[in-house]
Amino acid sequence: MTAVEVKNLYFKYEKEWILEDINFTLKDKEFMAIIGPNGGGKTTLLKILLGFLNPNKGEIKIYSKSPKESREIIGYVPQHTNFSLDLPITVFDIVLQGRLKKRKFFYNQKDKQKANEVLENLKIKNLKNKKIKDLSGGQRQKVLIARALVSEPKLLIMDEPTSAIDPSGQKEILDLIESFNVTRIVVSHDIKILLRNVDKIAYIHKKATIHEGPKLNIPKDKHFCEVELIDFLKDENCGI
Amino acid sequence: MWDLISNSVYASILLSIAIAIIGSLIVINKTTAITGSIAHGSFGGIGLAMFLGSSIILTTSAFTIVLAIILAFITIKFPHRKDSLIGVIWAVGMSIGIIFLSLTPGYQSDALSYLFGNILLVENKDLIFMGIIDSLILISIIFLYNRFLAMSYDREFLTLRGINANMLYTYFLILTSLTIVMSVRAIGIILILALFTIPALIAERFTKKFFSMMIVSGILGLVFMVGGIIISFYYDISPTPTIVIIAGVALILSLLKK
Ligand SMILES: Nc1ncnc2c1ncn2[C@@H]1O[C@H](COP(=O)(O)OP(=O)(O)O)[C@@H](O)[C@H]1O
Ligand SMILES: [Mg+2]
Repeated sequence: MTAVEVKNLYFKYEKEWILEDINFTLKDKEFMAIIGPNGGGKTTLLKILLGFLNPNKGEIKIYSKSPKESREIIGYVPQHTNFSLDLPITVFDIVLQGRLKKRKFFYNQKDKQKANEVLENLKIKNLKNKKIKDLSGGQRQKVLIARALVSEPKLLIMDEPTSAIDPSGQKEILDLIESFNVTRIVVSHDIKILLRNVDKIAYIHKKATIHEGPKLNIPKDKHFCEVELIDFLKDENCGI
Repeated sequence: MWDLISNSVYASILLSIAIAIIGSLIVINKTTAITGSIAHGSFGGIGLAMFLGSSIILTTSAFTIVLAIILAFITIKFPHRKDSLIGVIWAVGMSIGIIFLSLTPGYQSDALSYLFGNILLVENKDLIFMGIIDSLILISIIFLYNRFLAMSYDREFLTLRGINANMLYTYFLILTSLTIVMSVRAIGIILILALFTIPALIAERFTKKFFSMMIVSGILGLVFMVGGIIISFYYDISPTPTIVIIAGVALILSLLKK
């Protein structure tokens, strides 16, 4: 089953094209990593997939629907969240918010059960009643992942989920993402993601170069490494 | 003595409900400047009511709701310049009030009494309006508690969940503007902001859940108001500044703790 289909996508904020002729498809339960330089348009692409931005040209289908129509089945972990650290809100409150939807104002037993289940899976059940202020960067990131998962999405979109986390925390988060049994699109500034069990790699710098996984096979994919990633990695061995 | 201050105590109770809920929401949503702008801008509504000879409560309500909608539009459309634009609305609203007043001779001192308010002079009809707005606020928070909480830190997320975040935000500013109208008679335009934010700022530091933050700010607001009323009654000084100074001292003390 096709999960995500992007055809001929063009986007600009003002005069200059930020994305040009992006094309890719992703099957159900596949894992795509998006890498590329800062300002290359990765976050912009995600916002288009979420329906927050409209493309100037091109077509996007997410499980055969437009991005806006498919929001219900998307889980999103943003790059930045401006928590004011004094905000009196507990981990459980935040995770439960993933169950909100149109015309739904109150949480029921099932919502709470699902939230507990996700906290358990991410091994942060012990943090349930902690205030957001008392968490580390990695723990906060897991809370946002839990909030995205609790709505039982078919597609999980994550924008740099390992930035601002220490290396052991990064590994833990990547392990988790690898284990999720849903379609995943994960933007990362960290090329170690390419060593993961990814099905597709997109290198986005205005245009997209798509590499079909699994895993980057350095000798075989010499062209992809050297020609497409060279600026990014600044290392003839592909830096991995 | 009770006869002389009974209405002001009832007003304190009714106001503390609004302080608990709207005050806490103002703090967590960082809409202090916008609230200041609506509060000062409401002077335009008061001036207009005096010029037209219409009801102050109704005219000012309509006027501040328009201000709230304009401010919601501005802050959503021009997020990078919102602080300056909020300041403009602040000044334009006051200017409108002053122009209408200068066209309405004889009412100046009446209008000026709205700048600082006087909780000791609250009338029954003010209490009724407070009760109506309190009911609206209570119903809103029951249904929108989870949405308002999410709105305070991630509007994009609400949008993704199929909830119209801009509409919710606009509704919140309208509630804020009605809260201001219910408070001007008692608290006055200039000091409303302090009375609504100080209890919430103190409460936020000592609570883990937003619900407790609201409860604690409501209690603090009530204590500050009743304390201010008693002191100002005995020493014959203006109540609103007395209330604000008590609250300010409490805030400083709370900041000293850890
Ligand atoms: N709201 C915006 N308005 C105008 N330009 C923007 C906006 N957001 C991002 N850009 C520009 O679009 C380009 C791509 O940004 P972004 O998608 O955030 O890149 P990445 O996530 O790959 O670092 C950058 O040049 C950035 O300056
Ligand atoms: Mg980005």
